[in-house]
Amino acid sequence: MGVKIVVEVNGTAQSHEVEARTLLVQYLRDVVGLHGTNIGCDTSSCGACTVLLDGESVKSCTVLAAQADGRSVTTIEGLAEPDGTLHPVQSAFREHHALQCGYCTPGMVMAVVSLLKENPSPTESEVRLGLEGNLCRCTGYHNIVKAVLAVGATAGATAGATAGAGAAAEAGR
Amino acid sequence: MIPAAFEYRRVGSVAEAIAALSADEDAKLLAGGHSLLPLMKLRLAVPSLLIDLGGVPSLSYVRDGGDHLAIGALTRHCDVERSDLVRRSAPLLAYVAGQVGDPQVRHRGTIGGSIAHGDPASDLPAAVLALEATLVVEGPDGERTIPAGELFLGFLETSLRPGEVLTEIRVPRSPGGWSFQKFNRRAQDWAIVGAVIATAPSGRPNVALVNMAATPVRAAATESALAAGAGTEEAARLAADGLEPPSDLNASPEYRRHLASVLVRRGLEEAAARDGAA
Ligand SMILES: Cc1cc2nc3c(=O)[nH]c(=O)nc-3n(C[C@H](O)[C@H](O)[C@H](O)COP(=O)(O)OP(=O)(O)OC[C@H]3O[C@@H](n4cnc5c(N)ncnc54)[C@H](O)[C@@H]3O)c2cc1C
Ligand code: FES
Ligand code: FES
Repeated sequence: MGVKIVVEVNGTAQSHEVEARTLLVQYLRDVVGLHGTNIGCDTSSCGACTVLLDGESVKSCTVLAAQADGRSVTTIEGLAEPDGTLHPVQSAFREHHALQCGYCTPGMVMAVVSLLKENPSPTESEVRLGLEGNLCRCTGYHNIVKAVLAVGATAGATAGATAGAGAAAEAGR
Repeated sequence: MIPAAFEYRRVGSVAEAIAALSADEDAKLLAGGHSLLPLMKLRLAVPSLLIDLGGVPSLSYVRDGGDHLAIGALTRHCDVERSDLVRRSAPLLAYVAGQVGDPQVRHRGTIGGSIAHGDPASDLPAAVLALEATLVVEGPDGERTIPAGELFLGFLETSLRPGEVLTEIRVPRSPGGWSFQKFNRRAQDWAIVGAVIATAPSGRPNVALVNMAATPVRAAATESALAAGAGTEEAARLAADGLEPPSDLNASPEYRRHLASVLVRRGLEEAAARDGAA
């Protein structure tokens, strides 16, 4: 029996009837037609299929499409600006050469976006632990960690600058 | 891998879940799905109907219950890990929740699902054993409570009766020393062996073990040795006494026995150090 679901995918409401056993990753790829989310292990281990569900990272091979009903999903396709400007995490991955074959990259980027939302300026060990659910067969972990630390440092600097500006405004009064 | 076909129903209340469970003996509850869905993909579980508790937000909470902490069964691992109240009143539980799987798993998996599943390799069932938690369940015959020590009967087998839903986990305040020693090969992995140390309401250390038997278990020999005045080293050596640990790709029973002694010793030492610091 089909299940009717309405899921907001990358800001657009999607409405479909799916088989109950449809996994979120299959739904995104085969029904919505977004192929950016990869399937690696299919056994909840590798993180290649990571997307955001209501803003938090999840492994979409281990979530039913039906469980996403009424919620919002962000995939790698939903990160860049409409004019093509890359998300800061995407830019950092590019700048720091944080990808080799690129297979793990969409999942890695989504896991990083979620991590930085919870912890905007993580330490190196927090980055490594925060990405424990994502495997890279090319083992390019060092550059991935560098990229995340670079975004974190910018976030820290911006927060510092804003705080600094606030303090200056305070002092000027 | 795609699970075998099943029907799906999202329920809005515990009563609705009980009614749906009671009407179909092959139905299963679905919480975070992070134990059940992998089993279904492997066809190791083939339920006829999944009753999704995801629509029962009233089961996700952490409350101060006076002498205990009350945690709703649908509270996710990440919420237990980050809750200030849990960190203050039962820091062991917050820490253990933070050691489960990886961030993606902790964003989905729930404390109730983990306990109801009763996997001997899981971290939270051993933690609730060591903490002497009480489980609140609701079923066709009303509400009852089960001491954690009476929940785990066999491999993935609990004393939950047909039609019953685990609704709340009550954790006694545990201000004393604690420790969780998890030994695994990669950060995201399950424990090859784990040891949980909590201070019992009596003030003595309770010791529970992960992946050392068909169920989560207390290290009874270590606990009685400590009660009889044995030193840490000596009591820890008895950690695997009377237990038949499993054999798998990661470890032989012999190696698991060795790990249990080492982890229990480290755990007891860390718990004692924390107790002294508090
Ligand atoms: C990659 C990966 C790594 C993991 N690593 C670890 C780890 O290191 N340590 C660890 O402890 N766990 C680990 N887990 C398991 C994880 O913690 C699960 O979330 C947890 O075991 C089950 O919780 P759930 O909410 O997902 O339950 P589900 O999978 O939804 O349900 C599990 C079982 O419990 C039943 N159930 C669920 N809720 C209730 C309820 N309220 N009342 C009665 N019955 C109920 C279901 O019917 C089902 O039989 C891992 C899982 C994955 C996928
Ligand atoms: S494909 Fe989902 S975790 Fe590997
Ligand atoms: S870049 Fe190839 S798997 Fe990570």
